[in-house]
Amino acid sequence: MTKEELKIKLTELIPTATFDESGEWLNIVITPGDLLTSVEILRNKPELNFDYLFCQTCIDWKTHLTMVYHLESTTYRHQVVVKIQLDRNKPEIETVSHIWRTAEFHEREIYELFGVNFLNHPDLRILILPDGWEGKNPLRKDFEDPVNMIKL
Amino acid sequence: MYRETEILKQPGLGTPDVFGDMVINVGPQHPATHGVLHLVITLNGETIKKVDPHLGYIHRSIEKMCESLSFRQFIYVTSKMDYLSSHINNHGCCLCVEKGMQIEVPPRAQVIRVMMDELTRLASHQLWWGAGAMDIGALTPFFHAFREREMINDIMEESCGTRLTMNYMVPGGVMVDVHPNFQRRVKEFIAHFKKKIDEYDELLTGNVIFQNRVKGVGYLSKEDAISYGCTGPTARGSGVSCDIRKLFPYEVYSKLQFDEIIETGGDCWSRYLVRMKEMRQSLSIVEQLIDNIPEGDVQTKTKAVLKLPKGEYYSRVETARGEFGVYIVSEGGTTPYRIKFRSPGFSNLSALDHMARGGKIGDLVAIMAMIDLVIPDIDR
Amino acid sequence: MTDKFQSESTLAFPGEVHQTPSGGVLVSKLDDVINWARSNSLWPLVFGTSCCAIEMMSTAAAKYDWSRFGFEVARATPRQADVIIIAGTIVNKMAPVLKRLYDQMGDPKYVIAMGACATSGGPFFYNTYSVVKGADHVIPVDVYVAGCPPRPEALINSLMLLQQKIKKGLTREQIREESKLPTPLTGKEQEAFYK
Repeated sequence: MTKEELKIKLTELIPTATFDESGEWLNIVITPGDLLTSVEILRNKPELNFDYLFCQTCIDWKTHLTMVYHLESTTYRHQVVVKIQLDRNKPEIETVSHIWRTAEFHEREIYELFGVNFLNHPDLRILILPDGWEGKNPLRKDFEDPVNMIKL
Repeated sequence: MYRETEILKQPGLGTPDVFGDMVINVGPQHPATHGVLHLVITLNGETIKKVDPHLGYIHRSIEKMCESLSFRQFIYVTSKMDYLSSHINNHGCCLCVEKGMQIEVPPRAQVIRVMMDELTRLASHQLWWGAGAMDIGALTPFFHAFREREMINDIMEESCGTRLTMNYMVPGGVMVDVHPNFQRRVKEFIAHFKKKIDEYDELLTGNVIFQNRVKGVGYLSKEDAISYGCTGPTARGSGVSCDIRKLFPYEVYSKLQFDEIIETGGDCWSRYLVRMKEMRQSLSIVEQLIDNIPEGDVQTKTKAVLKLPKGEYYSRVETARGEFGVYIVSEGGTTPYRIKFRSPGFSNLSALDHMARGGKIGDLVAIMAMIDLVIPDIDR
Repeated sequence: MTDKFQSESTLAFPGEVHQTPSGGVLVSKLDDVINWARSNSLWPLVFGTSCCAIEMMSTAAAKYDWSRFGFEVARATPRQADVIIIAGTIVNKMAPVLKRLYDQMGDPKYVIAMGACATSGGPFFYNTYSVVKGADHVIPVDVYVAGCPPRPEALINSLMLLQQKIKKGLTREQIREESKLPTPLTGKEQEAFYK
């Protein structure tokens, strides 16, 4: 389906979403509370069938955090980008690892690098940073480490 | 970090019928993990019950570092991430920057880039073949594989400057033109390798011991492969069609004739066959291109300091291990605001637990050899 | 270091041969013979973290063969190894593991830091929070090899350099004195040097 057809289809299925069409793929912005229902629709509706989550990441805008999910369908070969805004002081969101198993590792990485708490994740612990890492999350913009980081 | 080997307490432990579960480390320093991978394995006898990978022993904080490098500089850090397909990683980054700045690449540069990519893919598969066979126990293929790999390294060294982490691609084309000897040497290599690849099949593919080690081991179904996000030969061995060169062609791939190799077995033997056939396909691509390099510039003129306009850009290429994605978020400055590298090994590794349960430790080694992990790619 | 490279004669067996009617008598110092034997059969430990490990594998393969010099048997366990070649970047999480491996090796043991990352942090020096800027912050290093990655010939050169140092009979502290990196010049000395 093309971007316009996807937009029409998704407007009727997820009424509370807003769209952003600058860029290569259609961007959907939804609220954190809508995540579970929207994700079920995206995965299970036969015309959409987004069964391949190829990139899950988080961006730190200095006032809030944004979770970004890149989805693709292996049958129709269309892509969509789902974006969710989170509060910077207490970022919490539901996990999607029961739908796409690849999210288990991606969410563990986001948990340790950005501090986002994923509810109902089967095994949320740190993955890449050393054991017993105390301190702030490294990929946030206000991370300072005068001992290790030598600034150019 | 370091788990002591222990025997887990279980009801009835100590009686003749109950054997305790043991937790052991396949540690960071190990000859069969390709790099530093720490696996904490829960075993019952020799049967694996759970595999838990501990990563981060080569986490060099590349994504944070790239936020302070310019758009020309960050490309060369990626060639140290998956160092066996370093050209292809650089290519992916250059495509992303070119997409943002709307730069056209001249045809000669496109053909050179594709040829370098395919030669790199061949070199990576050769090393996989040699090192994978060494893990399973056969030492001879290692020397055969490196003999051919040295020929490709010499070709690269003449044109690009170094043997392993070649920083050759720039946004807009390639850095310098290829050496005048390039065509002759590649033709000699093609003629030589066509005979050798049949020798590879003779050495290992028909070997009964190797087949028994690898057949029926590490089964991954098609739905699981898509759900775990596996790409590359790991997924193509399970029947998933995911070759970016065919689905979303970039550069001159749409004009070339080659097949996408898909096997439906789902076990390690299918992945092995996929890679062996891919080597032949890469060789045929290089053969199609070597006589038809168009004349012209090798680089479009761009400003010295690049500034990507505000927005988000994503580009995908097919490395020897799977789909590599580069996601750049730019605020209009000279350095990126956030870069995310979607590495193929990260998702392939998350399926390791699922594939290895119920097998033995020897099977685990065979599975890791056939997935072809490169750990710095996973930890970034 | 090519001006300090000794000639062929130091690679020969140490000692004097005196001809006698029924064969010959070889006179030598026990220390020299032991040093000669030790330097010609150094067994490296299989330890590669990142890209330099591929160049190490190329050195072990057929084109740039290192088993001509005696390094053929690459051991997987540190209890049986003599030399640890640190090929690749060391990060904060890996540093205790490296120290543990070094402690498990038996004396006399030697360390070669291969590549820019192990020498000083390499391309990952600035703006990283997790890289140890040089393996000599963790264990004492005997020979440094420059390059990113160094060519196989450079690695073989460094191994031969280590062999000569062992043959000369130096202790580990003396070896490290010889291969200390020079302190950078500052101030007036720097100006005078570059004049």
